[in-house]
Amino acid sequence: MVSVVTAPPAVQPGRDAKRRKASGDRAGPLLHALLVVVLAASVFPLYFSFVVASKDNSVLGEAVPPLTPGGNLIENITRVFDTVDFSLAMMNSLIVASTVAISNVLLGALAGFAFARLRFRGRNSLFLLVVGTSMVPAQLGVIPLYMLMSDLDWYGTLQAVIVPALIGAFSVFWMRQACEESVPYELIEAARVDGCSVLRTFWHVALPAVRPQAAVMGMFTFMTAWNDFFWPLIVLDPNDSPTVQVALSALASGYYTDYSLMLAGASLAVLPVVAIFILLSRQIVGGIMRGALKG
Amino acid sequence: MTTGHHQRSGASAPLRSTSGRENRSWALTRFDNRYTPYLVIAPFFVVFGIFGLYPLLYTAWVSLHDWQLIDGDQGFTGLDNYAKLLGDANFWNALGNTLSLFVLSTVPQLLAALGLAAVLDRGLRGRLFWRAGVLLPNVISVAAVALVFAQLYGRDFGVVNHLLGLVGIDPVDWHAETWASHLAISSMVMWRWTGYNALIYLAAMQSVPKDMHEAAVLDGASRWRSFWSITVPSIRPTILFTVITSTIGGMQLFVEPQLFDPGGTATGTGGSDRQFQTLVMYLYEKGFRLFDAGYSATIAWVLFLVVLVVAGVNFTVARRIASQG
Repeated sequence: MVSVVTAPPAVQPGRDAKRRKASGDRAGPLLHALLVVVLAASVFPLYFSFVVASKDNSVLGEAVPPLTPGGNLIENITRVFDTVDFSLAMMNSLIVASTVAISNVLLGALAGFAFARLRFRGRNSLFLLVVGTSMVPAQLGVIPLYMLMSDLDWYGTLQAVIVPALIGAFSVFWMRQACEESVPYELIEAARVDGCSVLRTFWHVALPAVRPQAAVMGMFTFMTAWNDFFWPLIVLDPNDSPTVQVALSALASGYYTDYSLMLAGASLAVLPVVAIFILLSRQIVGGIMRGALKG
Repeated sequence: MTTGHHQRSGASAPLRSTSGRENRSWALTRFDNRYTPYLVIAPFFVVFGIFGLYPLLYTAWVSLHDWQLIDGDQGFTGLDNYAKLLGDANFWNALGNTLSLFVLSTVPQLLAALGLAAVLDRGLRGRLFWRAGVLLPNVISVAAVALVFAQLYGRDFGVVNHLLGLVGIDPVDWHAETWASHLAISSMVMWRWTGYNALIYLAAMQSVPKDMHEAAVLDGASRWRSFWSITVPSIRPTILFTVITSTIGGMQLFVEPQLFDPGGTATGTGGSDRQFQTLVMYLYEKGFRLFDAGYSATIAWVLFLVVLVVAGVNFTVARRIASQG
């Protein structure tokens, strides 16, 4: 290894050529084909869901599964809205996911700002504690959590889903990272010398500086809250206060399986999230990869 | 009026007023500096304490009681629930299913993710396109995914059986047979998480210095060998991280098998013979279908211990494997 790195100048050109080849390191047609297969497998279930949602139920009984969209999409979607209160479910999901996202951005940015840029006793150990809590399988506390919600008289209300999700460890972690990257110490110092309180400094200096990261995190949180299923299934009333995911499971538990209906519902449910994903794919991919490096 | 008054009082005692104001503002600033940081991180700890930690700890207390979800505490019973659990065939069945589903979905998934990351690490045109493409399944809700896969794995008209039929394999009853159902559910988990983990590995691989690789290749090491003896050991911490998170997630598998059940969420038994009921599904059935909160809490607490043990074992095994090369 060492001998190659310190190769004599005589072989340098050859080495350079090889090196360029190695670092260019283009994937050949075989690997591209492999990627195409992986990508097809990623997209197929979504595409298929859309295909079935746009067909009459009877096509699923034919010998060859349908692979091209049909003309019954509107009809099936209408049936979704007739079978369950899907507009209420959409509205509920929108309320829950937006509130949770906004709250996580604000509270996460505040805490992240404190952990990144303020000096206080126990800062590092408290931050480790925050990170450590993400390892706790909190789902296992679901029985007492349910009892707590009953005692509060929150069963079947949206706050039962919203309040426990107001601020998560991930948001604090993410916003701390953002503050360390984008909030210069000098700006903080300047604001403090000018007599700004901590909160004013946060609001006028730190928050504007981390706006891009905050937006991505807000979208992340929105998607997670939108997709959440386990806890809403338990604490919400499927008839009176469903979220979209709960309504979906209600569609699936009819007396007979009506796939066109189910998958029309599923297509509607994934639509907002897929839209966000397509719009922000660069930031989302980047966010996951950056988080991985530091996590 | 007000302005005049203000000016007059300011003029009459300029010195004292200023110093008093300065004193107060200095004290305020000191207070602000010292306590505001705690104030702004407090919401996280309050929310986690009330809705995360307290329920988890209280679970242990509930598990020591005959406790009904609706009628409440029926009296302290000590370890009775635990004794009952150890003799409960359904518990052992659920534990076996959980471990089987976990191994079937996690081991191939992480290996596939590693391979996929290696491919994505090569020079590619349109990098973002491929990366976003493999990540897409991860942002789709499990509830929606489960409905699609329930159709794909249908016995009579499912796409998977149709494809198998093309190569001459008889239709498989994916929902009824134990192994088949485990494979089907695992494929669902793999579909959602392989791309995500691949991106995590990819990020780690890109921080490995390229020249180490090139040197090895120039030394005549095959790509395969240099991958296993250079790349994998250098991203070891990341691999361990994904092993731990997959363990914590995998041992709590719920939504995929729950919605794979043709009976939907109504029964929660994971098929007619409980062939794919996981521990969290059993917890759900006991707690929210049969309202036996005490017993359900016992399952939760035992599952917590199982998660700890399995995570510990996996950590050790993965560390050993990743450091060989």
